[in-house]
Amino acid sequence: MNLALAAIPGLPMLSATLLILFGRQIPRSLGAVLGAGSVGLSAVLVAGQLLAYLDTPTVVTATLWTWMSVADFSAAIAFHIDGLTVVMMSVITGVGFLIHVYSVEFMWEDESFSRYFAYMNLFVGSMLLLVMADNLLLLFLGWEGVGMCSYLLVGFWYKNPANGAAARKAFVVTRVGDALMALGLFVLFTDLGTLDIQPLLLAANLNWEVGGTVPVLATALLLGGAVGKSAQLPLHTWLPDAMAGPTPVSALIHAATMVTAGVYLVARLHGLFLLAPATLTAVAWVGLATLLLAASAALVQQDIKRILAYSTISQIGYMFLALGVGAFSFGIFHLMTHAFFKALLFLGAGAVSHCLHHELNIFRMGGLRTRLPVVFLSFLIGSAALAALPFTAGFYSKDGILLSAFTAPGIGPWLWAGGLLGALLTSIYSFRLLFVAFFGEAQTEPDRKPGLPMAIPLLILCALSLLGGLISQPLDGVLPDAGHPQVPHLIEWISIGVPLLGVAYAYYAYIVRRPSSSPAEAGGDSPVEGFLFAGWRVDALYNLLLVTPYRTLARWCQGEPIDHFYNGVVSLNRLCHRGLAALQTGELRWYATTFVIGLIAVVAIVLRSAP
Amino acid sequence: MSLSLLIFLPLLGGVAAWLAERVNPDLPRWISLLTCLLVLLVLTSSGLSALADPASSQWLLYSQTDWIPRFGISFELALDGFSLLLLVLTFVLGLIAVAASWSEVEERHGFFQANLLWTLAGVAGVFLAMDLILFFLFWEVMLVPMYLLIAIWGHENRGYAAMKFFIFTQVSGLLMLLAIVVLAWQGAALTGKLSFSYGDLLGLDLPPELAFWLMLGFFLAFTVKLPGFPFHTWLPDAHTQAPTAGSVLLAGILLKTGAYGLLRFTVPLFPEASQTLAPVAMLLGVAGIIYGALLAFAQTDFKRLVAYSSVSHMGFILLGVYAFNELALQGAVMQMVTHGVSTAALFMMAGALQHRLHTRDMRKMGGLWQQAPRMGACAMFFVLASLGLPGLGNFVAEFLVLLGLFAVAPWMTAAAAVGMVTAAIYALWLMQSAFQGQPDDDRQMADFGVREMTTMAVMMVALLWMGLYPQPILDLAAPAVQSVSNLLPANTLVAGVAP
Repeated sequence: MNLALAAIPGLPMLSATLLILFGRQIPRSLGAVLGAGSVGLSAVLVAGQLLAYLDTPTVVTATLWTWMSVADFSAAIAFHIDGLTVVMMSVITGVGFLIHVYSVEFMWEDESFSRYFAYMNLFVGSMLLLVMADNLLLLFLGWEGVGMCSYLLVGFWYKNPANGAAARKAFVVTRVGDALMALGLFVLFTDLGTLDIQPLLLAANLNWEVGGTVPVLATALLLGGAVGKSAQLPLHTWLPDAMAGPTPVSALIHAATMVTAGVYLVARLHGLFLLAPATLTAVAWVGLATLLLAASAALVQQDIKRILAYSTISQIGYMFLALGVGAFSFGIFHLMTHAFFKALLFLGAGAVSHCLHHELNIFRMGGLRTRLPVVFLSFLIGSAALAALPFTAGFYSKDGILLSAFTAPGIGPWLWAGGLLGALLTSIYSFRLLFVAFFGEAQTEPDRKPGLPMAIPLLILCALSLLGGLISQPLDGVLPDAGHPQVPHLIEWISIGVPLLGVAYAYYAYIVRRPSSSPAEAGGDSPVEGFLFAGWRVDALYNLLLVTPYRTLARWCQGEPIDHFYNGVVSLNRLCHRGLAALQTGELRWYATTFVIGLIAVVAIVLRSAP
Repeated sequence: MSLSLLIFLPLLGGVAAWLAERVNPDLPRWISLLTCLLVLLVLTSSGLSALADPASSQWLLYSQTDWIPRFGISFELALDGFSLLLLVLTFVLGLIAVAASWSEVEERHGFFQANLLWTLAGVAGVFLAMDLILFFLFWEVMLVPMYLLIAIWGHENRGYAAMKFFIFTQVSGLLMLLAIVVLAWQGAALTGKLSFSYGDLLGLDLPPELAFWLMLGFFLAFTVKLPGFPFHTWLPDAHTQAPTAGSVLLAGILLKTGAYGLLRFTVPLFPEASQTLAPVAMLLGVAGIIYGALLAFAQTDFKRLVAYSSVSHMGFILLGVYAFNELALQGAVMQMVTHGVSTAALFMMAGALQHRLHTRDMRKMGGLWQQAPRMGACAMFFVLASLGLPGLGNFVAEFLVLLGLFAVAPWMTAAAAVGMVTAAIYALWLMQSAFQGQPDDDRQMADFGVREMTTMAVMMVALLWMGLYPQPILDLAAPAVQSVSNLLPANTLVAGVAP
């Protein structure tokens, strides 16, 4: 049992090690088999776990070895597999495997093919550790591990310094969150004496008062980690830039899995968050603010990947909204359906750029509907699911979130209205993308069509994005059952109808009155558009407040100001030396004179002080 | 007598290496290599047998010979798990330093290897001596050959750097000597017997004010060596100018003698006085972490950047020692070992680059991954270790320090956690400027060969092992660490830093 469990993260990690050590010696085909095959094998093992859990929902645990044990602290390399873990593992290895297969074709011509698969495998392994960990320290290992892989993959094409900058930004911004999360772990350990998740939840229930200072502090710090990793306000700025990596990376890491780690963290520790209602409310507001900001920014982007990146931030905002109103299972449900349709959209975007000379600007596409039919189908289904049109997977999850938000006591209607506005924006930007890129006149002709390794994952994800809403997640007993929220019928109808309105508007604006010329490069003609295009200029604000001061300070200190003090001591010594050396003239007269003067002075002092 | 063997073997090996150059210029480095291996063999065999059958409850091995009985000075050596750990680190890094200097040194091979071995002998003495005068003697012994390594085989500004290193260490060492003499004198006044033995001087009932000043003498000597902020300014110069082997020894081991001194002498000899100083020491630690990281980011010289990263990492040791609980102290011990390995590797990287490119200026590098992917991968590994990636040893160290510290001084911990971010900034910047970016296609550069890859692989395996299964090291250090943490009531909130 231990071995089968350990093999789930172990196989991709082993493959990563082999690819790093021997990647340059082995042929590409073997690299592809190792890279995709190891994740495929993991997926098979996960399927075994899933079936076993569906059959009899029992928690499986396994301890591999004691990681460290000092005084009263100990942490093990140990796994805890329950319904939530099984869902997460299935998404990671299932979607992960499809993306790996897709990558074989997408990256085939890249000179660093094996390095790519090494990093991707390492990522899958770390992500699996993150969700399988039975203690927060191992979770943190996976947490930082996926951050490292994200850094390595965003900066994969290292020759372009802009990619390096994006990679560093991704790592450093999420590290701010990670530092907060580490502090959260310190609070938890100091107060409750353990970092093992299950005992921790028990101890918290026993020792913590609802709404006490420690619960709020601890969960707020954990939330800091979650907003960093999940690209929520105020630490969301790294994600749009992270699109510098290869597109399948964006599909796997920056859409389907890693960025949802924050959602997983809050859901996993929901027992703590329920004891801190203030933090939970903050989670909801963070989600709402983020989803509106990002959706509005997505409205005016021109780069297909940036549209999807802002869309991802926005959709994770919905997940946070769900968590914040206590609808944890809807949050995880949306996590899963989002993984399907957003991976589909990103892989579709990858297919477009793959066939279109690396073109990413949607205004230089056009007319792709007939030229790339499989990709068109993917975008049609993906956009419909993203906009939460009825009967798509995204509909079930997002509708659940909106209605649950409505039922939240006090602030419910506000959250619902905000979420609904977001849904309107979502349907507008997603169909704007579809209409501009796939309809109208062709601006660029594709030079090839996606082959089978790319087409098959797209089609499977199409099916999942349509039907994934029917999957029922085995979360009973792990997360509180949200049930079907009871709301007035009118609210239900409005929630369903608003996205359709958005599609209609997009149809009017981008098909009926199709703009004759593409907007300006900087993101539009009006200041409002420019403001939205720059993501509400949060980057500029951080540059002004943090980046520039840090750089300036570093430049000031470059020459080591503290050495001025020691140099001062040296100069003083030299001065004394010179002064004293000047006395030593070598002239007998000078010595005799000073000797006599000194003698007189001494005698005078002695006589004066004598009684 | 295995303990004195650990000191005399490298001492004699050094003499042999010096003389052997006349026979054949290739001979000295082989002698060095063999000497280090031989010492490691003696160390592990006697260490293992002593672990099974310790000499006393406190020491694994102990030996004492009269030296100057009239003044109560003796040749007293002792080994416990903590010093065993550091000695293994010393001679493993000694091997690595020999490997790093294999083809780098171009003149006076024999004398170079002699100085290298003598430095190791001095360090071994520092880690073993239990008589304070003997300790001071070794403290000085390790200084001279290191001075020569920098002054003779160093880079362009070696004279200045060597002198600065010497004066900083010497001045602070004299304060310690003064403190040692006064302490022994007080001991004689209290017990009626003049003795410089560590065992006799422990637990003396000193007047608090005197204890504070004596403690300060020790503290300054060790903090200068560590180096703690603001006594660190000798380090960037010395590291940058030293030959690669010198930098490896300096960063890997010599800095650890300062940390060792704090843990072994300053705190146990003056527990109450140390507690009084704790808030200040912690502040210096936090200041070092952030200031070191900031200055590391500001550098354009590869080696200087790594040097400042050491200042930042040593701040964690100050925090760990002065939190006075087992978690944080174990973290400090782990930091000594893991930083020794990761920084030695980065200095080797710097040396290898300088050897190939004849510059340390990162503005003249960039895109090196293209020409030397193996070097790039190694650099990435150690850079990630240095910024504290979980799974590698440095994380365990810094995590334990902060976890222990949080119970005592939460605000200090929060400030130190800023170091997690600033470390990422300089570490990734190093990677960017040297290995990423647009490669210069005209540049020809050889990648790592077998000798260099073997050395790197040893250090990578060590860091992975310490990151994923640090328990053996923690267990080895536990008795020494517990004896320090038991000196003071557990989890006392340090005055002035509690929230």
